[in-house]
Amino acid sequence: METLINNLIASGLFGAKPSFDVVAAIVEFVAGAVVFLVVAMPFAGVVTWLERRVWARIQSRVGPNRVGPQGFLQWLADGLKNICKEDLIPAEADAPLFKLAPYLVMLAFILPWSVMPFSSSLILADLNVGVLFFTSVTALTVVGVLMAGWASNDKWSLIGGIRSAAQIVSYEIPAGLSIFPVVLMTGTLSMQGIIQAQGWAPQHWFVFANPFTFIAANVLFVSALAEGNRTPFDLPEAESELVAGFATEYSGMRYTFFFMAEWGNLFLIGALMTTLFLGGWRFPHVSDNVVVMNILELITFNVKVLAVVFVSMWIRGTLPRVRIDQLMTLCWKYLVPISFADMIGTAVWVAIWPDGNAFMGYLMFAGGLAVLAVFVRRVVYYVRRSRMELYFRPGI
Amino acid sequence: MLATIIFYALAILTVGSSCIVVFSRNVVYSTFALLGAFMGVVGIYVLLAADFVAMVQLLVYVGGILVLTIFAVMLTQGIADVTISNRSVGLIPALVIAVVAGGVMAFAVERTHWHLAASVTPSPTTYGIGNAFLGDYVLPFEIASLVLLAALIGAIVISRHEARE
Repeated sequence: METLINNLIASGLFGAKPSFDVVAAIVEFVAGAVVFLVVAMPFAGVVTWLERRVWARIQSRVGPNRVGPQGFLQWLADGLKNICKEDLIPAEADAPLFKLAPYLVMLAFILPWSVMPFSSSLILADLNVGVLFFTSVTALTVVGVLMAGWASNDKWSLIGGIRSAAQIVSYEIPAGLSIFPVVLMTGTLSMQGIIQAQGWAPQHWFVFANPFTFIAANVLFVSALAEGNRTPFDLPEAESELVAGFATEYSGMRYTFFFMAEWGNLFLIGALMTTLFLGGWRFPHVSDNVVVMNILELITFNVKVLAVVFVSMWIRGTLPRVRIDQLMTLCWKYLVPISFADMIGTAVWVAIWPDGNAFMGYLMFAGGLAVLAVFVRRVVYYVRRSRMELYFRPGI
Repeated sequence: MLATIIFYALAILTVGSSCIVVFSRNVVYSTFALLGAFMGVVGIYVLLAADFVAMVQLLVYVGGILVLTIFAVMLTQGIADVTISNRSVGLIPALVIAVVAGGVMAFAVERTHWHLAASVTPSPTTYGIGNAFLGDYVLPFEIASLVLLAALIGAIVISRHEARE
């Protein structure tokens, strides 16, 4: 980044003698806008279409397949429609807070992208406290959701908002504690530092490093689903109980903001999992060309993230919603003690094997492969029995 | 230059939000304005190159304390339509306390010799904080956690009446 800025200053694009800080601020502003416009927003859009198709497949339906090939452009149609809709503000609503709430939710969704490690060079800011930044700014969502729930002046919204806040505040604890094992093993909070401590091969990923990190990865995934208001933890907008929860009174673009943030959060969940446990962008050194390596790393990172996103779609398609008491029981009686035990266990493990235990990595990776083999066998069995050609025929 | 502009923007955000917190007639507005105050303080910490403290401020104050405050305020009855104020203390005693406290603070600010650092270079603070907490200051650190444990147990005792019977 610094060489780029120095080159820009030297090129004379900004006039005679601009200060380094000013050019750096402009460059980072532009880079942030590009990440936001080119990656974050389209991802949130495309993932709505993908998720609807995946659910439809799980529930033996067709799903959106009219706009574009296989319905791929459905998200653009939805977005355009939402822009054209009237922006309604209920007469009894608290107008200033009602207007402010979607922006806060959007802010909490956009900020983590600034520490997103897409590849070894593609990162806006490799903060020394990157992981902490990631988890703390996502906590801003709660304020926006509570604000939306209260300002709508509607009991469904309020119940949805309060449920969401209770859920996010509770699940932040196991989510935060499951990051600790990784921090203990690497001794850094920087996103790039954590990725560089892992290898490209799966047995060098932290998920297989020792039994405790494996459990921590699962706890983090469950907590992240709960924090992102995903099924089976979608109580804040339980359609069958609360209409649309905290977003009931919203319409048009403001409604879109809430749901863009929600679907975009899937990428954040995947990125956090990938960075901490799945080896991030690590790719074997096949070329000395920096650009080629960065592209390969970018692809690796995104494939891993999409794999995690895909798993969370299956979960959403298969599991029923939990009750609020089950939600709290799961968090406080199971996940919190488990993550504390994890933390102590990892501390002991690191004290015994400060450089990690290579044998354990291979053993756990083999176990993972065995589970994957059973899973693939099952999937192949179902795919053979189903009629895929029916699903892929666009004319249905 | 840039840092000065950013500092004043953050200071205006912090002080302005704090004014809303204090003077707003609507308790909910006051609570939500706390967000601006906390965020302004986060920004000032970042400006002082205290990255870890800034993130913890965000995590603890915005993610925890602010949400709990909003919860408490929302569960209060009739928050929006009446002016809720503590009537047990009148206007005159409040004014006296404000003037005395403000005077003491102004005196302290006036008498302190402020050390001006030449320039702040952002450098990692996490290692230093960790070493200080688990090295020289391990006893105060553990005592502070004991206080938190006592608070936790106290909350359980207060909220669970049936446990005593």
